[in-house]
Amino acid sequence: MNNFSYTRVVDVAGAVNEMAKDGAAKFIAGGTNLIDLMKENVARPSRLIDITRLPLDKIEETADGGLRIGALVTNSDVAYNKQIEKRYPLLSQAILAGASPQLRNMATTGGNLMQRTRCYYFYDTATPCNKREPGTGCSAIDGFNRIHAILGISEHCIATHPSDMCVALAALEATVQVRGKNGDRAIPFAEFHRLPGDTPQIDTNLQADEIITSVELPAKGFAEHFSYLKIRDRASYAFALVSVAAALEMDGSRIKEARLALGGIAHKPWRDTEAEAMLNGKDYAVENTQKAAEAIVRGARGFRYNSFKIELTKRAVVRALRQAAEMEQKQYADKLHRKADQSR
Amino acid sequence: MPTNYIGKPINRVDGAAKVTGAARYAAEYKVPNLVYGFVLSSAIARGRIARIDASEALRLPGVLQIFTHENAPRLAQSDESYTDQIAPPGSPFRPLHDGVIKFSAQPIALVVADNLELARYASTLIRVDYESELHSTDLKDKREDAYVPKPRTLIPPVPEPRGDADKAYAKAAIQFEAEYVSPFEHHNPMEPFATTAVWEAGGRMTIYDKTQGVQNVQEYICRIFDLPKNDVRVVSPFVGGAFGSGLRPQYQVFLAVLAARELKRPVKVSLTRQQMFSFGHRPETLQRVALGAAPDGALEALMHTAISETSCFEDYSEPVVQWSGKLYRCDNTRLEHKVVQIDVNTPMDMRAPGAAWGLYALECAMDELAYKLEIDPVELRLKNYTETDLNENKPYSSKELRECYRQGAEKFGWARRNPKPRSIKDGDQLIGWGMATGIWETEQLMAGAKAVLTAEGKLDVSSATSDIGTGTYTIMTQIAAETLGLPLENVTFGLGDSTMPQSPVEGGSFTAATVGSAVKAVCDQLREKLFKLAQNVANSPLAGASFETVTFSDGRIQFNGDAARSVSIADAMRHGGIGRIEGEVTTGPDPKKQSQYSRKSHSAIFAEVKVDQDLGSIRVTRVVSAIAAGRILNPKTARSQVMGAIVWGIGMALEEETVMDQTFGRFINHNLGEYHVPVNADVHEIDVIFVEENDLIVNPLGIKGLGEIGIVGVAAAIANAVYHATGKRVRDLPITLDKLL
Repeated sequence: MNNFSYTRVVDVAGAVNEMAKDGAAKFIAGGTNLIDLMKENVARPSRLIDITRLPLDKIEETADGGLRIGALVTNSDVAYNKQIEKRYPLLSQAILAGASPQLRNMATTGGNLMQRTRCYYFYDTATPCNKREPGTGCSAIDGFNRIHAILGISEHCIATHPSDMCVALAALEATVQVRGKNGDRAIPFAEFHRLPGDTPQIDTNLQADEIITSVELPAKGFAEHFSYLKIRDRASYAFALVSVAAALEMDGSRIKEARLALGGIAHKPWRDTEAEAMLNGKDYAVENTQKAAEAIVRGARGFRYNSFKIELTKRAVVRALRQAAEMEQKQYADKLHRKADQSR
Repeated sequence: MPTNYIGKPINRVDGAAKVTGAARYAAEYKVPNLVYGFVLSSAIARGRIARIDASEALRLPGVLQIFTHENAPRLAQSDESYTDQIAPPGSPFRPLHDGVIKFSAQPIALVVADNLELARYASTLIRVDYESELHSTDLKDKREDAYVPKPRTLIPPVPEPRGDADKAYAKAAIQFEAEYVSPFEHHNPMEPFATTAVWEAGGRMTIYDKTQGVQNVQEYICRIFDLPKNDVRVVSPFVGGAFGSGLRPQYQVFLAVLAARELKRPVKVSLTRQQMFSFGHRPETLQRVALGAAPDGALEALMHTAISETSCFEDYSEPVVQWSGKLYRCDNTRLEHKVVQIDVNTPMDMRAPGAAWGLYALECAMDELAYKLEIDPVELRLKNYTETDLNENKPYSSKELRECYRQGAEKFGWARRNPKPRSIKDGDQLIGWGMATGIWETEQLMAGAKAVLTAEGKLDVSSATSDIGTGTYTIMTQIAAETLGLPLENVTFGLGDSTMPQSPVEGGSFTAATVGSAVKAVCDQLREKLFKLAQNVANSPLAGASFETVTFSDGRIQFNGDAARSVSIADAMRHGGIGRIEGEVTTGPDPKKQSQYSRKSHSAIFAEVKVDQDLGSIRVTRVVSAIAAGRILNPKTARSQVMGAIVWGIGMALEEETVMDQTFGRFINHNLGEYHVPVNADVHEIDVIFVEENDLIVNPLGIKGLGEIGIVGVAAAIANAVYHATGKRVRDLPITLDKLL
C-alpha cells in the first residue's frame, strides 16, 4: 500500500472538482474492492476522495415510473428495499447471490459497477497482466483460466466482470447516471462496461472526470417471470462460473419479451439481443430455449481449463428460462417466506 | 456441588475469553517501543537473487532496517541447528541464509518500520533482480523420478509385502484397479502466523508466537541464535487454528527474533493471507489401488502405491498407504510410498496427514469393488473385517468398528438404499448415498505436568502443551477437577508457555492422552499427600483408612464415599500447617502393556448428496459419522471437533485445491476468496455418534484422541455418494461441478 492523501467531499460538484485536480486519485465509498487492491499494490491512488457523505443514498421514483437508486445506497439496502423486492425481484435476487452479508452491507451501488475482475493474475504482482500493467502480457491465456471468459475475449485479456448485480441491471436495461466537468449524462447499461480489446486496463466508459450519481431502472421490472441463476463452486461467497439473469414478459404460455444477461463468461455483463429475439413472440418451449442458448455461445472460445463453461452456459440459460417461465423458484421463495412468517 | 466431570458436556472454560476478545493471540500483544516487520516474498520459484537493492525503501522516514541475505547476521551453520522436533530428514530451510531461491514466495527480505503499512509499502520499493532457473513444480511430470524417502520419526514404516500380491491379483476372480489424484491443499487457519518478539535488557527474549509447540520453537530459536534456554521464553496461550501448520517453527518467528535481536527492541511480524500459502501444505498425491477378490468378496490381493511431492531439501512423507495393510484382512498385500522432489516449500502434516488421502483412495476403491461384486459396500467391509492388525501382527487393543458400521447405518437408514446409480431423483436433483471407513493412530508420548493447590482450595495445573481450538484447556481442567474432587471453577489449567513442564507439540491426536495422563498423575500425587495430611488431623475420621478406600469429591476426602466420615481438603491443609501443596510429574506410555497391541481409533461415515443433473452442482445434505475413539472426555467439545472435521471433509471432497500455475511455479489462488473452503451454506445435517469403547490398554484414562479421526474417510463417503447419484466416478479431487457435466 502506497502513501496517499485523503479528502472528504460533501457534494457531487466537490467530488468532480477534486477528481479533476488529480488524475491518480480514486473515489472511495465502501472500499470492499479498492482496499484489497491497494493492499496488494495493484491500485496505487495518490489520494482517496471519500464520497460517503454525498447525498446519493436514496431510492426514489422517477418521472417515467421507474426507480432511481442513488450511487451510495448499499447493496443490502437495495436488495431488501420493499419497492425493489416487489417490482424488481430479479435485482434483489442477483444482489443476494453475491458476496456475503458483511460485504453487501458495505458495498455501494456505484462501487459495485466499478469493481474490478477477480482474475488471480491481476491480483498477483509477481505475474504479468495487461490489465494491471498494459503491455506485459496476459498470464491467464496459457495459465489457470478456469474462471475466465469465453465470450468477447481478446488476445490481451480474458478476465471476467465479477458482479452479480450488474448482470441483473443489464437484463433490466438500467441506465447509469453520471456527472462530470461537462455536466450530467446517462449511459445505457450495455454501454457502461467495455470488452477488453487492446485496452484491457479500461473497464468502463466512465470518463476520468466523471462520477456515478445513480442507476435508474425503467418502469418494466419483469416481476412476474424472472430468474437469477448463479452456478458456482460453493453455495455462497464464490464468484459465478456462469450466471444468468432471465426476465420474461409472458402472455399465457407466449413469451412477449425475453431478456437474457449472463455473468462469469465475459469482460462485461453479456447481453445477446439476437438470442432474445429468437424467443420473442413464441410459446415457451424447451427446444426454443435450447436454440437460444446455442446462439449465445456460437462465438464462444474455451481455453484449457474453462471449456466446460460453454456447455454449462447453454444448460444454465435453458434452466434459467424454465425457472422464469414456470416461476418455480418464486413459489419456493413464497413458501420460505410463509415459513419464516409462521415462525415469527 | 457435583465434582464429577469426565464424560460430561462441559462448556469451554476459555469460551468467554475468546468471544469477548480477552484471549490474546500472537499479533495482539501491545508492548512499548514495538516496531513492525513485513516480509518480502520471492516472485520466482527457482534461481538466485543476482542483486537486491533496498536503498530507496530505506530512505523512507520511519523505515528502520531491511534485512536480506546480504546483511543478515551470521548465525548457526549446521542443518542440525535449524531442525525441530517435527522436521523430516533433510536440510531445513534457512530464511535469509543466501541468495538461492528454492520455492516461490520464499521470504527474501524483512522490512522493519514504525508501522505495518509503511513496512508493507517499503517492501514494494525493494528492487530484486533474479537469475531464474527452470523450475519444476509438476508432480505428474516427474513421477519417473520417484524414490523411497528416508523414514520420518513418529511415522510407522511402510510394511514389507505380505504374500504375493501381484500373483494373487492376476489370479483373482474379480479385479479392480484405478488411480486417484489429490491436489495441493493449505491449512488456512483463521489466524495468520505471527510473532511478537520482545527483546529485553540483558539479551533475554519473550516470544509471543503462533505455534502448536512452544518448546519446539524455544529449542529452535536457542540453537540458531545460540541462546541459553533460560533466556528464551516462548508464549502461546491461544492459537486461532493451526491443523498442523504450527507443528514446525514458521519463518516469521525466525525473522522476528532476528530483527528484535539486531535492533534491540520488540518486533512484530505477521504474515498476510497470501503468505499463508508460502509454507507447508498437504502434498499433491497420486495413488494406485488394485484389489483382487473372490466372488464372495473376500480380498485376495491388495496393492496400494502412492507418489507424493516433497521439496528439494527435505524428505517429507506421510502415512498414506500403511492403513491399507491393517484395515482389512488380506494375505497378499503390497504397499509402497515414494516421493518426488519439486520446487516447493516442504509439505507439512495437515489434519490426518497421509490417512486423509490414503483412506480416500482405498475407500473409493472398495466402493468400486463392491459394485463389481454386486455386494453392499458395508457387507464387503464386514466380509473383510479383521480383529488383528496384520501390518504389526498384533490384536487391536479395542476395535468397535463393527458397531460403528451398525449404528451409523441404522441412523442413516442405509438399509433402504437401492444400490443402482441414478436410481433416486427429486426433480432436477439426483440423490446418492455413499459410505466409507476411517482409521487413525492412538498414541501416548512423554509429558510433564505441575500442580499447585492452595489452602483456599484453588488448583493450578500446567503443562507446556497447546490448545489449537481443540478444547485442551477444558478437558485438562475436567481431569484435574475430577481427580481431586474440586469444583470446576476452582481449577485453572495453564498451557502455551515454554517455562511450564515439558510437553510435546500438540498434534497426531495424542494430546488428550499424553497431557491428560500427566495431569491425572500429578493430581494423583496431590491426592496421596492430602490423604496423609487428612489422616494426621486430630481425631481424623480417616484414621486407619487406606488410600484405596477414600474418594475425593465436593472438596472433601471421604471414607468409602461417606460424607459423614470425611475431612475437607482445606482442614487437612490447615491442620498440617501447609499453605500450598505442589507436585510435578512426567508420565509416558507403558510400552510393555501397549506394545502387545495395535492401538487405533475407527469410524464409519455415511453421506447423502444431491447433484443437479444438468448443472453438476453438488450439495452434501446429510452426513452421519459413527466414531469409536475410546473414552470421550467431553461430548460437547468432542462433537464440535468431529463436526469441524466433517465440514473439512466436505471441502476436501468438493472444493479445496491450491492451484499451481506451472508457468510461474507459483500457487495462484492464494486467498480465501478463491481457495474455497465450505461456507455455512454448504453445510447441512451432520450427526456424530460416539460408539462406546472401553480400552485401558491405550492409557489409564482410556483416551484415544479425536484430532484426526473425524476427517478420515469423509471425502471417500462423499465421492461414493456422488457416484451413486450420477453413475460417474470422479477420481481426482476436488469433485467440482465441471467434472460432472
